[in-house]
Amino acid sequence: MNVYSIAYKNLLRKKTRTALTAGGIMLSAWVLATLLGFNRGYQQGLNRDIDNMGFQVLLTAKGCPYEAATLMLKGGTGLRYMPEAVVKTVFKNPEVEKVTPMLMHGVFDPNKGENGAIAAYLGVDADSFPSMKPYLEFKQGGWFKDNTAMQAVLGYEAAELETREVGDKMLIPGVDKEITVVGVLKRSGTQDDGTIFLPITTVQNIFNRKGMLTGLGIKVKRDADIAALENRLYDLPDVQVVSMSQVKSTIMNLVNSARVIVMGIAGIALIIAMAGVINTILMSVMERYAEIGIIKSMGAMPLDVFKMIWMETALLCGFGGAAGIGLAFVTARLAEAGVRYFLPFAPHGALVAIDARISGFAFGLIVAGGLLSGIYPAWRAARVRPLEAIRIEGEQ
Amino acid sequence: MEKDLVISAKDLRKIYRRGSEEVRAVYGVSFEAYAGEMVAIIGPSGSGKTTLLNMIGCLDNPSSGTLSVGGREVFGGRKELSERELTLIRRELFGYVFQKFYLIPTLTVEENIMLPGAFYRAPGAKAAHEVMKLLGIERRYNHLPGELSGGEMQRVAIARALINGPKVVLADEPTGSLDSKRTEEIKGILRDLTRQGITVVMVTHNLDLARSADRLLEIRDGKIHGG
Repeated sequence: MNVYSIAYKNLLRKKTRTALTAGGIMLSAWVLATLLGFNRGYQQGLNRDIDNMGFQVLLTAKGCPYEAATLMLKGGTGLRYMPEAVVKTVFKNPEVEKVTPMLMHGVFDPNKGENGAIAAYLGVDADSFPSMKPYLEFKQGGWFKDNTAMQAVLGYEAAELETREVGDKMLIPGVDKEITVVGVLKRSGTQDDGTIFLPITTVQNIFNRKGMLTGLGIKVKRDADIAALENRLYDLPDVQVVSMSQVKSTIMNLVNSARVIVMGIAGIALIIAMAGVINTILMSVMERYAEIGIIKSMGAMPLDVFKMIWMETALLCGFGGAAGIGLAFVTARLAEAGVRYFLPFAPHGALVAIDARISGFAFGLIVAGGLLSGIYPAWRAARVRPLEAIRIEGEQ
Repeated sequence: MEKDLVISAKDLRKIYRRGSEEVRAVYGVSFEAYAGEMVAIIGPSGSGKTTLLNMIGCLDNPSSGTLSVGGREVFGGRKELSERELTLIRRELFGYVFQKFYLIPTLTVEENIMLPGAFYRAPGAKAAHEVMKLLGIERRYNHLPGELSGGEMQRVAIARALINGPKVVLADEPTGSLDSKRTEEIKGILRDLTRQGITVVMVTHNLDLARSADRLLEIRDGKIHGG
């Protein structure tokens, strides 16, 4: 028999009221953990996606650089073309380790889905592209050996969608050219999963885009001055330079701005839950006024009563907080689906990444808020004078 | 054989102001009670009997006068005791029984009796079982108050008052909520306590119960008129 068990049993007196208050705390803990998890997941996903592009600088034809970068991240097609000669010019820079030219072309395929859809083909260089993406592993087959082969490598999801395996033939709609699937990639969790890779010269020939590129990925040497390289590249005509670190920081700035608003909402949810806790515990103290008086008449000190009531608050917030964080774990994928639906761009992989640190922080915040809100009711209870309590009860 | 003096009150007064009016709730009360004695305080409503009981039980400070309990001067009239000092005296010397039993509904009989132990070092389960046995409620140890009769609940309240081994049990209308059969039971229990050397001071409107006491103090307008 101790103060903790008394506090626990006191909470069971009005089960519905306790459950509703704990429910409020649970919801605020859920919102808090999910939002923190989203922030972390989004940041990790974005970093992963950008790092997995295999290059630090992207050259595209003139246009909106962020739109171009976003399209690249989403596996889409570029807007304009730039001359292939730019490859040699870029290679002359001492900071450059590797470059990989890309040509993306979209074709409307009337047989895709119910109403047809765009099939995107990414022409890549057979020599430089695989070495820039060493993390790509094959489920079947391997890369094409030269840039003129009528061959394709399918990303994991593209292979599923096209229902193709190594050795199968694919007809490119609109141009009536047949290509052979020579490789199917394992799932990478990046934009590459949905891509159909073809040799770059093959794409240029099939779609009449000889000597043209939509993008040029540049891998910079270790410890090279990227800023100096970018400054020189800015002087090239008809191309624009997209620094992936800038893209990352711009997107993260936008996400962080949104986070401030979202955390504000979480804060309001927390305050509402804490107000509920104060109300519930204070009501419970008032209902037990005489009982508290009797406990004090039996020899309990004000601090004992304070502890008992404070413990009730801590238990309430502890249960609610733990349930909320548990709920956040269980509904993480559901929340992720919802967020993906509303966001214009969401990176690949888990968007809501709740880990032990986030759980601990959210739980600590909820319990600390609960303890803070429990101070006033506990103080009121500790101040109950036994005589007054008994007299008031006697008059009722 | 001479009995030990347990309560000694001299010229106890409790005066407070209600607006411009001076209220003499208790005025110049002196009395003594000995170990194993049962004292009943009777009187009309508002006569000051509960105020007197509260002062004896250190739930209220007197305005003046002296009070000694168990050979210890608890009110000397020189200074008011702090809440902490009063609490420590209450722990050590008194057990309280009220008309409304004030049992905690979510705790079992045993837990209610052991409640003081949650806040300070108090006798544990063994003592609780002894007290329950003494009061004939040992079979009800695991029941909640809601599952007990009024008489049983008052027995639990008495057991809770006894768990610390008090020198004095103060009872305010201990049978006020009980029928005549249960009143007789409680009367017998209080009498048993006195046989163990515990002093019982009770306030009651029940004349039959009051007459069973060793001494009857009739209080009117804050003053003792009998005893």
